[in-house]
Amino acid sequence: MPLYEVLLQQFANGLILGSFYALVALGYSMVYGVIKLLNFAHGDLYMTGAFAGFGALSLFSGWLGGGWGGIVPAILFSMVAVGALGVIIDRVAYRPLRQAPKLSVLITALAVSMLLENVALAFTGGQYTAFTTNLGFAGVDLGMVHVTYTQMVLVGASVVLMVVLELFVSGTMHGKAMRAIAIDQDACRLMGIDVDRTIALTFLIGSALAAAAGVLAGVYYGSINFFMGFLIGLKAFTAAVIGGIGSIPGAMLGGILLGLLEAFGTQIPGVGSEWKDVFVFAFLILFLVFRPTGLLGRPEVERM
Amino acid sequence: MDALLEVSGLGLRFGGLEVLSGLDLAVGKGAIASLIGPNGAGKTSVFNCLTGFYRPSAGSIRLAGQRINGLAPHRITRLGMARTFQNLRLFRELSAAENVMAGRHCRTRAGALDAILGTPRHRHEEAAIRAAAERWLGFVGIREAAEQMAGTLPYGHQRRVEWARALATEPSLLLLDEPGAGLNSAEKAELVGLVRRVRDELGVSVLLIEHDMGLVMQVSEHITVLDYGRKIAEGSAVEVQSNPRVIEAYLGREENAA
Amino acid sequence: MSAGGGGAGEAAVGVQRSERSIRKGAGMALLLLVLLLVPRFANNYYLEVLSEAWLYVLLCLGLNIVVGFAGLLDLGYAAFFAVGAYTAGIVTIRLGQSFWLSLPIAVVTATLAGVIIGGPTLRLRSDYLAIVTLGFGEMVRITVRNLAITGGASGLVGIERPHLFGYALHSIGAFYYVFLLLAVLGIVASHRLENSRIGRAWKYVRSDEDAARAMGINHAAVKLAAYALGAIFAAIGGCFYATKMTAISPETFTFNQSLLILLGVVLGGRGKIPGVILGALVIVIFPELFRDVGSMRMLVFAVSLLLIMLFRPAGIWPERWR
Repeated sequence: MPLYEVLLQQFANGLILGSFYALVALGYSMVYGVIKLLNFAHGDLYMTGAFAGFGALSLFSGWLGGGWGGIVPAILFSMVAVGALGVIIDRVAYRPLRQAPKLSVLITALAVSMLLENVALAFTGGQYTAFTTNLGFAGVDLGMVHVTYTQMVLVGASVVLMVVLELFVSGTMHGKAMRAIAIDQDACRLMGIDVDRTIALTFLIGSALAAAAGVLAGVYYGSINFFMGFLIGLKAFTAAVIGGIGSIPGAMLGGILLGLLEAFGTQIPGVGSEWKDVFVFAFLILFLVFRPTGLLGRPEVERM
Repeated sequence: MDALLEVSGLGLRFGGLEVLSGLDLAVGKGAIASLIGPNGAGKTSVFNCLTGFYRPSAGSIRLAGQRINGLAPHRITRLGMARTFQNLRLFRELSAAENVMAGRHCRTRAGALDAILGTPRHRHEEAAIRAAAERWLGFVGIREAAEQMAGTLPYGHQRRVEWARALATEPSLLLLDEPGAGLNSAEKAELVGLVRRVRDELGVSVLLIEHDMGLVMQVSEHITVLDYGRKIAEGSAVEVQSNPRVIEAYLGREENAA
Repeated sequence: MSAGGGGAGEAAVGVQRSERSIRKGAGMALLLLVLLLVPRFANNYYLEVLSEAWLYVLLCLGLNIVVGFAGLLDLGYAAFFAVGAYTAGIVTIRLGQSFWLSLPIAVVTATLAGVIIGGPTLRLRSDYLAIVTLGFGEMVRITVRNLAITGGASGLVGIERPHLFGYALHSIGAFYYVFLLLAVLGIVASHRLENSRIGRAWKYVRSDEDAARAMGINHAAVKLAAYALGAIFAAIGGCFYATKMTAISPETFTFNQSLLILLGVVLGGRGKIPGVILGALVIVIFPELFRDVGSMRMLVFAVSLLLIMLFRPAGIWPERWR
């Protein structure tokens, strides 16, 4: 395969991978932006979403078929279910600890993550679950590079979700309330903003996006497992940091960049795919140390 | 009079916001000086620059002739400048004595290995640190509170723990950020005595920020007035009180009032 | 009350206190005696479980320095455990040297690893630090998995059993004593550190970093010391783990391992040594008591961790204020 086709192929792979990262990173970034909580369970919501979507598709495919006709309702179902789960998690686990020290909250988030993962483990017995669809491999050929319609739809769906989210946060009162809470929760309470409800809404949206990404990933990779949320959670966080945590366009940019970086990174001679995660984490650490505000984040003025 | 602290042309910006500009300030050896000004004048920012928490954007800060701007807070403390905070910053879940022992950290040397092996250096230092904590709590008059949790002490006592903690670092200059805030008039009277004892008995110079003008006029020998990050007046209590620019800064112009 | 009365009262309190400490010392001595006699009565299964329990006491105490004393969340602690284990493996198998040589090398390597990861990142916000340590832990695991010198995915097999004064350490009974000794040393070291200049500095930084800096404490150096010391505990544990098992593989040093050790620290009560010991015993002995729970043990742990954080955030046996 000529070099430019290799690069084109990797570009397509990176874009798809990146749009998953971006969707998960968005939820991470939103929750962090609003209540400064590093929600370790976020990656596991993505995993839960994949399973919820799988369950729904198994039910629907009988009369809607295993194509997009069945997948779209499965995605919507999963978004609603996991969105609700996110709200419940916030209500049960995080809200009682709003005033607690950061370390306690971080450990609680870790416990929620462990819980989700191990519930899924108990149900699946640790086996991979085949996520069967009948989308086929039809697509467009660019030279030797084959891009399926499915892949295009995946990227397109991600972009649509992100644009809707950006419009929501920048254009509606709910979005304004979120941004206000990020700045000063107490002042928001005094101004009559229902802080707890707005935070719940943040969890709802963030979790729903992760669920959508989970189902799309199931469709794309063809199999899901209880552990799939761990690594993507880490990488989504990396993407959020690269883009600038708390920033929606930043999360998108970070996700896409990370996806491309990973895809092209595996092409560098001597850097096999087994090293790609080391590569990603090294990148994360470099960013945190040298540019903790990310590419699009606003610098924080350090005040006492 | 020899200057212990010399600040010249101090400037500080946060992004586009100019917090301090061209500020000159001097505190003599053995002096009690005050920094006053309306709310938001930049007084605490001056303290944060002096103690290394903010990095000034211009000017120089010298302590006993040595340039200290740009140094990290812990190094400045070691060089002899200690502070209290406007809103108490005690280690609330630790005892009063443990709080004061923090001040001895920079004057002692035992490391982790000394502690694990229980070397003589570790044992001697530990005994000395404990004794010093008791002594400084005694100096501020609350020795009996040594074993109580700092966060549960009455407010006035918490303020004193902060003093003891700062004094335990053996400073040559003590910065007090609104030491009178939240105290009743009896406690404020004791505060004046304490400030004088710090200077007279310990030979420590004092620079304080305070809103209570009665207290400021009573205790300070030299007053610097700040408004919008600039020095608008300085001198003795009498000089400052009669300065029209100071009156204007605090009360507004006559035209505005009318 | 007259001054004399006060003096008598103080003296009485002093007597009470020394009586209590004598009783405490006697209790400790008795407990230690019982623990020393265990191999005379227990079968190999119990000795295996207890040896593992002592190892986790050491590991949890090491992590407690970082999480409990200094208040920093470390999610990659298993990496330092791996550093110790692989050092022992490489020194004995690849270099053909004595096991004992691996101890000082592991200590130096772990300190370096602690400083390398800690140095640039300790200035970060605490939650960023948590994720960086997680990433670091994964990097170490992936690295040992892919290097030839560490034996790749299958790890290292045939690690030499050490000799001590001509006596070969090979029976489980001998290793029981080795790990008991390590646990006791870990407890003594932790206790001494806690009540020292550096131990207090950790608590100051944990409580209020800015106030600690204003008191002349170099917060970065103090945190780095916590990292390095915690790493040393884990590395020493790792060396002896490797020689006891004689075989090690990357899958022992996963994120789940880090999580398990963290669980031991948090369940019992971070910052308080008896609490941490209790937590370490719980995480090892609980799965043995409820064998049918089997693969669900992490689920049970997750639920208990969540309940602890919500209803008893300082742990089962928390750091109580004196």
